[in-house]
Parts: sequence; structure tokens; C-alpha cells
Amino acid sequence: MPVAVWVIIGVVVVLGVIVVVLQRSLVGLRNQVKNAWAQIDVQLKRRHDLIPNLVETVKGYMKFERETLEAVTKARNIALQASSAGAGERAKVEGELSSALSRLLAVVERYPDLKANQNFLALQEELTSTENKISFSRQFYNDSVLRYNNQTQMVPSNIVASMLGFKAGEFFEVTLAAEREAPKVSFTQ
Amino acid sequence: MWEQIRSNQIRSVVLTIGMGALLILIGYFLGLAFDSAIAGLVIAILLWVILSLVAYFQGDSILLGMSRAKKIRPDDHPRLFNVVEEMKIASGLEKMPDIYIIDDPALNAFATGRDPNRASVAITSGLLQKLNRDELQGVMAHEISHIKNRDVLLMAMCSVLLGTIVLLAYYGSRFLFLGGRTGSRRSSSSGGGGGAQLIILVVALVFMILAPIFAQLIYFAISRKREYLADASGALYTRYPEGLASALEKLAASTEQLKSANQATAPMYIINPFRKKGLKASDLTSTHPPISERVRILRAMAGASFNNYDQAYRQVRGGKGVMPAASLTAETVPIATIKLEGEAGEANDIQRARDTSDVMWRLSNYKTIICDCGAKLRVPPNFKEPQIKCPHCGRTHQA
Repeated sequence: MPVAVWVIIGVVVVLGVIVVVLQRSLVGLRNQVKNAWAQIDVQLKRRHDLIPNLVETVKGYMKFERETLEAVTKARNIALQASSAGAGERAKVEGELSSALSRLLAVVERYPDLKANQNFLALQEELTSTENKISFSRQFYNDSVLRYNNQTQMVPSNIVASMLGFKAGEFFEVTLAAEREAPKVSFTQ
Repeated sequence: MWEQIRSNQIRSVVLTIGMGALLILIGYFLGLAFDSAIAGLVIAILLWVILSLVAYFQGDSILLGMSRAKKIRPDDHPRLFNVVEEMKIASGLEKMPDIYIIDDPALNAFATGRDPNRASVAITSGLLQKLNRDELQGVMAHEISHIKNRDVLLMAMCSVLLGTIVLLAYYGSRFLFLGGRTGSRRSSSSGGGGGAQLIILVVALVFMILAPIFAQLIYFAISRKREYLADASGALYTRYPEGLASALEKLAASTEQLKSANQATAPMYIINPFRKKGLKASDLTSTHPPISERVRILRAMAGASFNNYDQAYRQVRGGKGVMPAASLTAETVPIATIKLEGEAGEANDIQRARDTSDVMWRLSNYKTIICDCGAKLRVPPNFKEPQIKCPHCGRTHQA
């Protein structure tokens, strides 16, 4: 039965090619997720590095904000300890750091001397930009995860994915309420 | 979602091939008029290949050089650098583009480069001081999308093609006039075939006149489409269409013309550097869609996705959408709500003007000394004295 043999060989070869193509695209997407994650990681580290500097600069000016300052330092220490945790856990602690920071930056308004300090202005630009970079890299990371997960769940690539052990990625979701809500500053004391 | 913009490039490729066909035809006719169609073809293609190679390898440095753009380092203008880096991250671009500032009060910006790994963005000092952070982000998102969508190479190559056609047509029609006179003398002596020769000459001449116009129209069609796409990607990257919209409004309000731009480089800029005020530029001969229309589309967006841009586009312009069908997904991308405008530390007009002028002085190798009395002393690079006296309060400083 040489014909049947050839048909079987043909089918096997075609299947093999399909598996290889799908596997390669999965690997590509997974690497993109990894790169995007590394990008977030860089920015989070940068923020951790900036905070002691900020606290140091601000301390001399802010007489009445000990609690706000301590909250930032504490949130940073917790975030530092969680720096090797998964995306979900990290998103939570970093979200708390974000809101502590925005509370601190909001009370700056009460200290005109501080706002005139060159050192502080430069630091603030760096912090603002780092916050933006964190949210933009998160944006890109989540898009990458979405594409990768779609690929691992859709027919036919889901078969290849489960065969070769491609696991779905975890989104980096910051609890929006904590991070996005503008801190309320009251000037009546 | 991000790569699918590629499907739209097929259209651009078709248009580019159309321009290529024009070039070949013009070479053919030019050759025909001089009795050797093949020679004409070879000359046309050779010229185009040489110019394309130059554009491919040196195009960006030539363009930046012509605009007298100066490259900046991160600490020259931290805000600009940060904003570009933010957009680089949002777009997923792998390499940070080089950043240039053009010392010109006109308001404009452009992107150039061969591919996403060798790209530059440039902005005029006028624009830099006019825009707040959100607007600057919008403009840079637009420029980075040109890099990400690979418009920069396409537009560079198209402008070379256009340049070659214009060049050939210009010199071709002149040679044809001269050649036509000597040719008619020759054909009258040999007799016969003079009529056919004359018809070819006339056809060639008409073609020489029409080809550059056609080529230009194709070029403009490609470039306008690219502007809409870059606006859409810009809105998606920033998640904040209003930033770009309000930047475009500021751009539209200015009447200053960019000194260093010319017709060939016009499509590279974020807005047409030659537009006249009040000109309705929706006609065929414009490299850019009218700004007011771009602003209206951006403002009509209900979300930040390509889908939302497409809807807004159809709403404002009517008819077919601008986005390739493959890039339209059902997912919704919300617009960011909290923005920096008005927040603590956001530089105001005066601060921005000061920052920018500091950068411009530094880029011209001037040293800036800030005196205790508040005056800023700009020390030129060829200043030889060891000390300098503040003209305002008389304190001496080390130069």
C-alpha cells in the first residue's frame, strides 16, 4: 500500500509544520510578554530608588506631614520585599505605593518654598515621568498578555499550547480606585 | 492590534508601485525621443537607485542637517527626553530614538530614520516651549507612531521617487526642446518618418509635464492617509486624544513658517510647514489633512482605540472609515481621565520658555552662570577671560 503510506507521511509532515509554526508564534508572544514585564520591572525599581531621595528632600520643608511621609516609606519597603512576587501580588503593593506617593505630591501645594526648590522640581519631573512610564509599560504589558493568552486559548493554537506547556500569563491590574482617584486635599485646618 | 496596521501598507505599496511605473514610463519616453528607449530606461532607473541608496543610508542625517537640528542628551531637557521615552514604552518600540531640537520659533515636529532601530524625532524650540506635558506627549506619540508604523522609510523612499521624476521631467523637457530642434533638421534631410518622430516628441513632452503632477498627487494621497493613522495610534498610545488635539490647535493658530523646510521634506512634518492661514487644505494638493478636521476627529473619539478613531472619522468626514478593517477590534479602550495639566510641578509658559532657551544656549556651547542677584549670564564659547562680572549687580564669577 505505497499510496496510503505516502498519504500518512504527508499528513504527518503537514501537521508537523503546523505545530512548528504555532509553537514559534507562541514563543514569540511569550518572549514579548517577558520583555514587557522586564520593562515594568525597570520602572518600578527606578521608583523605589527615587523615593528615599524624595523623602530626604521633602523632609526639611514638611513639618506637618510626618504621617504622609511615613506612609510612603512604609509602602516602599513593602513593595521592595514583594519585588520577586508574581504580577498580581506586585500590582497590589505597587498600587498602594502609587497612592501614597500621589497623596504626598498633592500636599506639596501647601509648601511654596518646596515648590521653588530646583532639586525638588527635578525630582518631581523624574517621579511624574516614572509614574507615566509605569502606567505605559503596564498598558503595553497587558496588551502583550492579552495577545499571548488569546493565542493559548484559541483553536488550533490552544492544542499546541497545552501540549507544550504554554501557560496563560497574568495581567498587571492595579486596583483602579486606589491609584486613579485624585487625592482630596482640604485646606481648612 | 498593533501589527495589523501593516495591512494598510499594502495600499501604500500599490501607490508606490504606481509612482515607480510613472518613473519607468518617463524614462522610456525620454529614451524614445532620443532614439533609444532602453538607454532612457537605464538612466532613469540608475538615477533612482543611486538617490534611493543615498536616502536609505544618509537620508535622516541629510534631513536633520538641512533643518539645522541639534541632538540633545537626557539631561539637556529632561522633560522632553522623558516624554519621548514614555511614548517609546507605550508603543513597545525597542530602541530609544534620538531626539533633536531645531532652533526655530515656528511650531513643528517630525520623525525620520530608516527603521525602528535607527530613528530620530525632531521638534522646534518654538513648539517645545508652547506645549504643556500632555500636548507634548500627544505630539511625540504621533511622531513615534510614524516610526512604529514604518512611515518614515516609506515617505523617504516616496519623496526620492518623486524627486527623481521631477528631476527627469525637468531636464528631460528641456533636452527635448533642444533635441527636438536638432532632430527635426536631421529628419528633414533624411525625409520620411518625420511625422512619427514628431508625434513621439509631442507625447513625450506632454507626459513630461504631466508626470510630476501625477506623482505628486500620489505622494500626497499616501502622506495624508499616514497622518490619520499616526493620529489614531497617537491617541491609542497616550490613551488621551485631547492631548494631541489641543497641541494641533496650538499648531494651527501659529502663522510662523519654518525656515528650513522645503517642498520635498514637507510631508515629514506633523503639520504642513507651508500652509497658509485659513486655507482649506482638503484639496488634492495638500500633504496633510486640514488640522481643524484632525482636531474634530480626535475630539469626537468616545474611547482611545482604533475602533473609536474610525467611528469618529466617519462621523466627522462621512463615508468610509480610514482604519484598515483588520485592526478594528471590539474591545474598548477607555480614555485616561486624570491628567497632569494644572497639577503641582507642571511648568507654565514662562518656565517652559526659560527651560527651552537654556537648552538652546547650551547646545550652542554657551555656558550659563546664574548670579546670586538672579541674572543669568551667557558666556560664549570663545570667551577667554578667567573671570566675568555680572552686569546687573557687579559680582565677579569664574568663567
